[in-house]
Amino acid sequence: MKTIWIIALKELKDALRNRWIIAASCLLAVLALSLAFVGTAPVGGAKISTMQVTVVSLSSLSVFLVPLISLMLSYDSIVGEVERGSMLLLLTYPINRWQIILGKFLGHTLILSIATLLGYGAAGFLIGFSSNGADLQDWMVFGSLIASTVLLGSAFLSIGYLLSVCVKERATAIGLAVAVWLLFVLLFDMAVLGALVVDQGENLKSDFVNFLLLFNPADSFRLLNLTGFDSTAALSGMSSIAGRAVLPAQYAIIALLGWITLPLLLSGCLFSRREI
Amino acid sequence: MIKNSIILENVSKHYPSHKAVTDVNFSVPEGCLMALVGHNGAGKTTLMKLILGLVQPTTGSLSILGHDPKDKASFHYRNAIGFLPENVAFDANMTGKELIAFYASLKRETKSRSLELMDMVGLSAALDRRYKTYSKGMKQRLGLAQALLGKPRLLLLDEPTSGLDPAARQHFYDIIRDLRKDGVTILLCSHVLTELEAQTDAVTVMNSGRVVASGSLEDLRAQAGLPLSLRITVQEGMTEKIAQPLQNQNATITYMNGRHLEIECAPSSKMTMLRHLGELGSLVEDIELQNTSLDQLYAVFSDQRGQ
Repeated sequence: MKTIWIIALKELKDALRNRWIIAASCLLAVLALSLAFVGTAPVGGAKISTMQVTVVSLSSLSVFLVPLISLMLSYDSIVGEVERGSMLLLLTYPINRWQIILGKFLGHTLILSIATLLGYGAAGFLIGFSSNGADLQDWMVFGSLIASTVLLGSAFLSIGYLLSVCVKERATAIGLAVAVWLLFVLLFDMAVLGALVVDQGENLKSDFVNFLLLFNPADSFRLLNLTGFDSTAALSGMSSIAGRAVLPAQYAIIALLGWITLPLLLSGCLFSRREI
Repeated sequence: MIKNSIILENVSKHYPSHKAVTDVNFSVPEGCLMALVGHNGAGKTTLMKLILGLVQPTTGSLSILGHDPKDKASFHYRNAIGFLPENVAFDANMTGKELIAFYASLKRETKSRSLELMDMVGLSAALDRRYKTYSKGMKQRLGLAQALLGKPRLLLLDEPTSGLDPAARQHFYDIIRDLRKDGVTILLCSHVLTELEAQTDAVTVMNSGRVVASGSLEDLRAQAGLPLSLRITVQEGMTEKIAQPLQNQNATITYMNGRHLEIECAPSSKMTMLRHLGELGSLVEDIELQNTSLDQLYAVFSDQRGQ
């Protein structure tokens, strides 16, 4: 356990050093703040919680941005070190390969959590203590946004390691990372949508479509944030879906956890067998 | 009985594309410095990886410090192994101090010891500089400091002196000498062979994945059968006079001018030759004996194909 922690701390230190954390936090904070103050302008004086409007816009944005950040953080974590030769050295130390993967994962998850907490948290506080104020419900919604963003990020970190373990060169890894991002963030939804349009609602039941969404961590995240709370569901125009949603939030959480553990386990197994 | 730190028995490593190592047998006794030489791509690095347990042999068995590297459960014996890879790049943004502290903590080594090692390799002035600002020699020295963490009993050094200036190189040999006093077994790959001669106990020459020669320098010299060369300085104009009787002793004259004479003879007739020269008295002013260097031995053996 101590060894895992040593690896994690090193990743964390490295990210602080090369300003990864600062850059990611600033990016998230700027986006969150601009969404909060510019994006909600049309709301005007209506009795709608600024916080919850922001959460809805932020979660739509997180779906695009956070997977990208995670993949960029993780795609070269294994293959990069193998190329530089430092992995060869590390493996001659009294450490096993699972400890390396888990340590890196822990470190990267910490980095991501700090960036999300700082970035979104800053925006949350500014909104929370500005004129409109925020009630408990608002804070819960916001807290769940941060928590689920970390889950989403971890899932893509995990997928990133899988890529990083499978490929032989960094260039391949970055190509695959972009492909994975496109697949889960854009193409998957388009495919589902396309299938729905073609089918005209004859064969594809809504349960089945909901179920399909669990096969994509980005959609699981969306499901969690846009339909998890009644109020956000109303704001996001998803209330009709959420109302008859057969899938409670727990399913989306379990799907995300699955997306974190399975690729991580698989990359651990593959990495253990690989000859450097 | 001498214990062997490294034992390789019929070890082969075949990749789908090529045969990296074939039927290698050798052992390195405890406290011995073995030089591993061979062309690029002769299988030296693969051999090191096999010894480190990073790749598994296709056939054959290994025993490193009494452990099978395949045995993943007992990886704690790796605490006793230090390794300096040929090309290594650490994290560019970390300082030397942070890097050595990271590796030290993995070997459960104290901070003070790691700083001591940094001092020993001459990096104490550059502790707080980032790795990317280090020169090639400094990077190499950091690699060496890292290999010495945790009081290793076995050191594997792949091209340890590349990028080092002559002073640093000399310093490196001093470190090696001290380590040998402590009984550390060292396996060393190097292209700079001549400098090593004084310290090597044994040499293994590899060519296309096979061991072509292995043994002490004397053994290898005898095996190679290369002639011994002598450079004789005589009184002005006397070379002609002594050349004739020397040729009668089966010596070959390779170079001659008024004052100097270079001859080659079989190693076995070395003493006869020296006695003969001694009898010439004051005619001979100086004799320089040139032993076959490691470089020459390497040239002989590396052209041979496996056993």
